[in-house]
Amino acid sequence: MSRLTDANIAIAYEIIGRYPRPKSALIPILHLAQEQDGYVAEDAMKHIAELVGVTPAEVFGTASFYEMFKFEPVGKYLLNICGTMSCALMGAEELMHHAEKRLGIKAGSTTPDGLITLEHAECQAACTEAPCLQVNYRYRFKMTPADLDTLIDDLAAGKLSDEIPSHGVLATVRQRIPAERGVGAVAPEKVNESPEWLDGKSAL
Amino acid sequence: MSTTESTPDQVETEVVIDPNAVSLTINGKTVAARKGELIIAAADRTSDFIPRFCYHPRMKPVGMCRQCLVEVEGPRGPMMVVSCMTPVAEGQVVHTETEQVKKAQEGILELLLANHPLDCPVCDKGGECPLQDQAFSHGPGESRYVEEKRHYEKPIAISDLVFLDRERCILCDRCTRFASEVAGDPLISFTHRGNNTQVLTFPDEPFASYFSGNTVQICPVGALTAKPYRFKARPWDLEETESTCTSCSVGCSTVIQSSRDQVLRFQGHDNDGANWGWLCDRGRFNFESINSDDRFTTPLVKEDASLVPTSWAKALEVAARTIRLAMSSQGANSVAILGGARLANEDARAWAMLASKLGITLHDAQLDDGLSTEVFNLPQATINDATSATTVILLGPDLKEELPVLYLRLRDAATKNRTRIIEFTTKASGLTRYAWKSLNYEPGAQVAAVNAALNDPEIAGQMRKGNVVVVLGRANLAESSDFTAQAYNAIAAAYPAVTVLPVLRRGNIRGAAAAGLTAGDNARNILTAASEGHIECLILLGADPLSDVPDLDLARRALASARNVIAVDTFPTASTLRADVVLPAAAYAERGGTTTNLEGHVLPLSQKITARGTSRPDWMIATELAEQLGADIGVESLNDLTAKDATPQVQQALSVAGSSAPERNSYDLRLVVSRKMYDNAVSTVTSPSLAHLSIGAGIYLNPRDIERLGASVGKDVKVSTSSKSVILTLHADETVLKGTAWVPFNQPGTDIRELLNADDLIVDVRVENLS
Repeated sequence: MSRLTDANIAIAYEIIGRYPRPKSALIPILHLAQEQDGYVAEDAMKHIAELVGVTPAEVFGTASFYEMFKFEPVGKYLLNICGTMSCALMGAEELMHHAEKRLGIKAGSTTPDGLITLEHAECQAACTEAPCLQVNYRYRFKMTPADLDTLIDDLAAGKLSDEIPSHGVLATVRQRIPAERGVGAVAPEKVNESPEWLDGKSAL
Repeated sequence: MSTTESTPDQVETEVVIDPNAVSLTINGKTVAARKGELIIAAADRTSDFIPRFCYHPRMKPVGMCRQCLVEVEGPRGPMMVVSCMTPVAEGQVVHTETEQVKKAQEGILELLLANHPLDCPVCDKGGECPLQDQAFSHGPGESRYVEEKRHYEKPIAISDLVFLDRERCILCDRCTRFASEVAGDPLISFTHRGNNTQVLTFPDEPFASYFSGNTVQICPVGALTAKPYRFKARPWDLEETESTCTSCSVGCSTVIQSSRDQVLRFQGHDNDGANWGWLCDRGRFNFESINSDDRFTTPLVKEDASLVPTSWAKALEVAARTIRLAMSSQGANSVAILGGARLANEDARAWAMLASKLGITLHDAQLDDGLSTEVFNLPQATINDATSATTVILLGPDLKEELPVLYLRLRDAATKNRTRIIEFTTKASGLTRYAWKSLNYEPGAQVAAVNAALNDPEIAGQMRKGNVVVVLGRANLAESSDFTAQAYNAIAAAYPAVTVLPVLRRGNIRGAAAAGLTAGDNARNILTAASEGHIECLILLGADPLSDVPDLDLARRALASARNVIAVDTFPTASTLRADVVLPAAAYAERGGTTTNLEGHVLPLSQKITARGTSRPDWMIATELAEQLGADIGVESLNDLTAKDATPQVQQALSVAGSSAPERNSYDLRLVVSRKMYDNAVSTVTSPSLAHLSIGAGIYLNPRDIERLGASVGKDVKVSTSSKSVILTLHADETVLKGTAWVPFNQPGTDIRELLNADDLIVDVRVENLS
């Protein structure tokens, strides 16, 4: 949809400043773009390419590896229902079936009001709490169809907006690293002294 | 011409004293290798072939395909290693044909073929396909896979010239590595990595690299195919011969492939001294022009103001009569020859012999668009000298646009070697990103820029570190070449040991110069003489002054005032329309001989197909004209024209006129006119696949200048000198130096040459909004 806003460009430059090479900042800035639009837009990828000095094809090549980056608009809430072994044994299929019926959409699509995108997910590493799901990567454990109904009602009513920000927002608190603590754009060949953890025999 | 790699003999004789020599055993045979060399490269010098897909000797290894697994004996017994990623070691024992290795190779091939569509019967690569060949030689013979194969839309166009079939792709990383590592255009990348890894461009950003055709050549399967060759032939129907590309003067080794007497493809051939196997897309795909229907196929003579077909006998007679009449009435100085850089050495020599026999001294193979051929007399450097130099100074055109493969070589040197590039330029060039210093100058201010650089302690320190090669050529067609010559002299005066790589771009300009078809700034004198009515007969040897001479008005007046024009050419051009006699010449691949590249290396040109219609090689035309004129030049066959050129006089500096750039009004913009790879060149516009790739006429200004003028990008503006004006579309380009204007040369649309005047040292233009 769009390029980064001025406010986000400022954040992007701050992120770039943390690394010796601008292109190391690629993934954090992709998160920033996803936070801005809810997904990673084509124009945003072009803009990121300009900011970190690579081609848009390289940005896309890197970004498309990651399941959590979306390249099409998704709903405000991304509902990932785990379907791997433990969850499958504990009723994940029934849960998914219920979700599809309740929302009136198939897994992989978004409700017409743009509120919820429903997705199958592989193991979410909460097998003891099966069946589990994630809403914008926030866990919900031991879910029953009734729990799911409550969850969807709460999401629709906006009751959870404090706990669960809209899709793309990883955390409500942004990490800020003061400029003097960032590594900065140091060319590796200009670093003469050895890194601290390899500092001579004293380290052994 | 040097050939690939050092020969094993050399290595063996040095083995005793060379600390980099390594000896290893491959399948029981002792092999001499160099430290750091890969097992697969060492094995390539033996008779034992290790199958491979991703490994390419001109690119960094990645170990993607795993096909080259071999066993290396170690302390814990034999171990399977990837031979394209494992360097040789002293005493290493390698086995490439054990049962274990065989099993691994078969397993890998079975995996690679699991998703491969096996549509070989309809695949362009079938018959020359490493996957097909190695499936036969090293594969298991049958597959255990019964599952549905991967499906993708096929094929998709990833550029105007290249199609991608993702189903056939085995993800070897050759094309993507080429794009980022060799061409520096990483416009294709692996995407959706994982189960669906596929090579793709960014949506709506095509793989518009000048070197995209190379990816087709190095693709080890039929995943990448080139539009000009798709479904044109089967490899077993192709005949081939080695030749040299003459699209520019780099001298890339090529293979001409033809079928049924029609050229169907050019492939790059690895030449260590020149192109390393790469070609630019213009050189690779302009074979289409040979097959163009626009070609001259028969001689033409002017009758009642139009050119009508005639016989060779008649045409030669008319041509000879024209020359004879001119000579007898006005003397030899009323006959002039323009062109010759398109010709083979032998052709150029025949014409030079004819000219000398007749006493014609007015001849020039350049069209006032290069530098004086004195540059060939300066202390010379080869391409390999430049790529191994400590410092390379660029004082010439954008190599990526004009001599693209030389750009690849210098880019490689700047990114991998210790070579540092100091560039003098008016706007960002292809090499600016890789240059150690990119120094901007305004047209006419080269000398000042060079002197400032030479006085810079950091640059002076760098230049004292080792050898310095100056890449010298004509950067700007809208300024006098005298400034470049002066700038070179300044460098040579300060560093007398510098050597020069002359980058005059015309295919065989160096051969034409060696044969004696050039002399200084003659083209301008010839055109001036013609415009004043002093030329009775103007002979054009593949030259098109009306399209190529920077001073268009001068060319027009010259062609209009020359009493008679004889054109020897392959294609109708603006200038041949004006001709009284047209003699059709055999095109590239239709005649043999040799060509001389920018380094002065004499390289082979091969005839692969029969000349079109009744067209003849240029040397034959010269010989027959000589016979008609009773001026025997003693040539009966191509063999009589073998090189006997004298070694040129060595000179340390170029002759200069000492001109200095005039002051300018601060409102004016200094004009820079330079070439793009795709323009209105005959071989480009007559190749259907390339014809539409030109960027088109336009004027490019720095955004700050545009703001100052209050103009808007994309709109037409009036560009004027004190005497003339043209209308051009305005574009913004941040890399154009503030206070200058850049206009691409010879593009479709408005001709900037309307504003150029051969006598102007500098062209200042005023840009104004229309209405």
